[in-house]
Amino acid sequence: MSIHRRNNIRVTGRPAGRTVVLVHGFGCDQNMWRLVEPALAQDFRVVLFDYVGAGRSDLSAWQEERYSSLDGYARDVVEVCEELDLRDAVVVGHSVSAMTCVLALRAAPDRIGSLVMVCPSPCYIDEDGYRGGFSAEDIDELLESLESNYLGWSAAMAPVIMGNPDRPELGEELTNSFCATDPDIARVFARTTFLSDSRKDLAHVTVPTLILECEQDVIAPPEVGAYVHAAIPGSELVTLPATGHCPQLSAPQATAAAIRSFASALGR
Amino acid sequence: MSPAAGGSEGPGTGTPAVRATFSALLEDSVEDLYDSAPCGYLSTLMDGTIAKINATLLGWLGLTRDEVVGRMRFSDLLTVGGKLYHETHFAPLLRMQGHLGGIALEMKTASGPRLPVLVTSTVKESDDGEPLLIRTSVFDATDRRAYENQLLTARRAADEARRQAEADREQLREALAVLQRSLLPAALPDIPGVEIACHYHTASALQVGGDFYDLFALDDDRAVFFLGDVCGKGPQAAALTSLTRHTLRAAALHDSDPVADLRMLNTVLLDRYTGDDPRYCTAVVGVLERVGDGWEVRMASGGHPPALVLRADGRAEYLPTRGGMLVGAVPEAHFVPVRTTLRPGDTLLLYTDGLTEARTGPDRDLYGYEALESFVTGLAPSGPGRVVDALTDLLRGFGDGLDDDTALLAIGVPARTDAGPGTTP
Repeated sequence: MSIHRRNNIRVTGRPAGRTVVLVHGFGCDQNMWRLVEPALAQDFRVVLFDYVGAGRSDLSAWQEERYSSLDGYARDVVEVCEELDLRDAVVVGHSVSAMTCVLALRAAPDRIGSLVMVCPSPCYIDEDGYRGGFSAEDIDELLESLESNYLGWSAAMAPVIMGNPDRPELGEELTNSFCATDPDIARVFARTTFLSDSRKDLAHVTVPTLILECEQDVIAPPEVGAYVHAAIPGSELVTLPATGHCPQLSAPQATAAAIRSFASALGR
Repeated sequence: MSPAAGGSEGPGTGTPAVRATFSALLEDSVEDLYDSAPCGYLSTLMDGTIAKINATLLGWLGLTRDEVVGRMRFSDLLTVGGKLYHETHFAPLLRMQGHLGGIALEMKTASGPRLPVLVTSTVKESDDGEPLLIRTSVFDATDRRAYENQLLTARRAADEARRQAEADREQLREALAVLQRSLLPAALPDIPGVEIACHYHTASALQVGGDFYDLFALDDDRAVFFLGDVCGKGPQAAALTSLTRHTLRAAALHDSDPVADLRMLNTVLLDRYTGDDPRYCTAVVGVLERVGDGWEVRMASGGHPPALVLRADGRAEYLPTRGGMLVGAVPEAHFVPVRTTLRPGDTLLLYTDGLTEARTGPDRDLYGYEALESFVTGLAPSGPGRVVDALTDLLRGFGDGLDDDTALLAIGVPARTDAGPGTTP
């Protein structure tokens, strides 16, 4: 199966524009970008995709071993860039994917020219003076919450959601069809996300980098934004007038505007 | 329940007294209906700040209105795990869909215990589609969550049992493969002037097959071979195979008359399997003896399908052994001897009935002896390697029509180097 099908790649926007790759985080799929995509599409060529295991990706390509480390997700980012033969792309990673994109940048420096990190956190768990915001027990609680919420997932409906884009009426019967995820896959992604520690990888980022944070974010609190900003020399930190962990949904105009002005200012 | 509500007449048709009771009930203020509803209600601004909350929910949580309204966000009411879930799933989905139902969360209560709840939220939008606020209803799900936890525990136990069963199966498969190999020669001997090829098809990885063969040298100019099929499958068949194989080996070392070897096996099987558990087999035993540039073959068959010979001149023929009886079934069983000579370019083929009894074609007919003879005639002249390769392909082509184990053993004399095709196996 091609990477195109495997990762459900979608390319929109201005074909001649600079390429902006939007990378979703844990919890949903490329639908997360639906409110900022139209604004970005006016100026840029916009690339969207689903990680293997998310959205309408090819679930049969999912392997627990690969997707139990952020490097596995970073390989998806790199393979998508290779599939489209991208050079110097602006890669926008939300939440855990901000760190995934840092790893992808190291693996494929020619492909990625600049980074936008939306609500990044290099480490969620408090440790020796570092404040990530959570304890290991908190993360266990999240995993329990996942167990009790299958969000419209059932094994019988899975093939319908994943494999029948031509029959959307089947998917619509599900209450929460946007982010339906196989619970086993979600558990692995959750564990990988919230137990990751990529703090040391930040120092390797030398490309132009924009950090977007929200005023109030339980998952990536302001201390963490400041930490990332300090760890990446020359990075720019913008605090969006938004609450929550998903400014691309709660403040789409401000988020799109920040990405636009950053990407437009980059040299060609 | 009030007597009026329990009455047999509906509100529209009741007596004046009943109507009065209903109207008193229905004068229930909307405020009271909201505040004392049997479920929790709250309204939040889009950033989660709680703007309104009903008394039911405040009571469940052990909080006062002043502590909550304008001071707390919805996610402040949740446990940490619930907060994470809220931020990564609940809030984004609600933004995208405008509605989200039946989400299981846990709330913190002032007195300590957690309250399992089911939450449903709807976004209220302005006329121009801008989201204004979120309305949320909260149901106590304590009992339901306890039940779900039982289901979850049961599911985990079932998953674990399945994993264990799969691991056990894999172990069994490996053990059986080892056992199967132990019932066949590890490698066929290298005998100058003879070419040998063999193939073993196992019908199931979870059953030890009941077919066997062996070949070994007695001295420089003599060798013994045998091939057969024990009744049944599985562990008992494996034990029988082992006994049969070692008995035939010992018998052949003791006496190089194949009929005598089968008689010995017959005695041993009857002695070992007595009473209501008779065990028997079919077998061909043969002795090869070097004569000039060829080999003389003396064989005996006990109830086994006839061997085939492919001649150097392109003919193929059965060596009939009709009348030979099963080995181990009755005392004084009769076994049929047969002789032939293998000249350079000739190949002797032994097989078990998995081959001839395979089902083929749309009518699932038996493959049969005639088809085998013409197939083999088409191969002749051929060395053992080519014969076994061709038959292995044939077996593969049977697909699920081949449901029994099948053993193949081919013994040939290399063609003279100046001969035509069939020189090499």
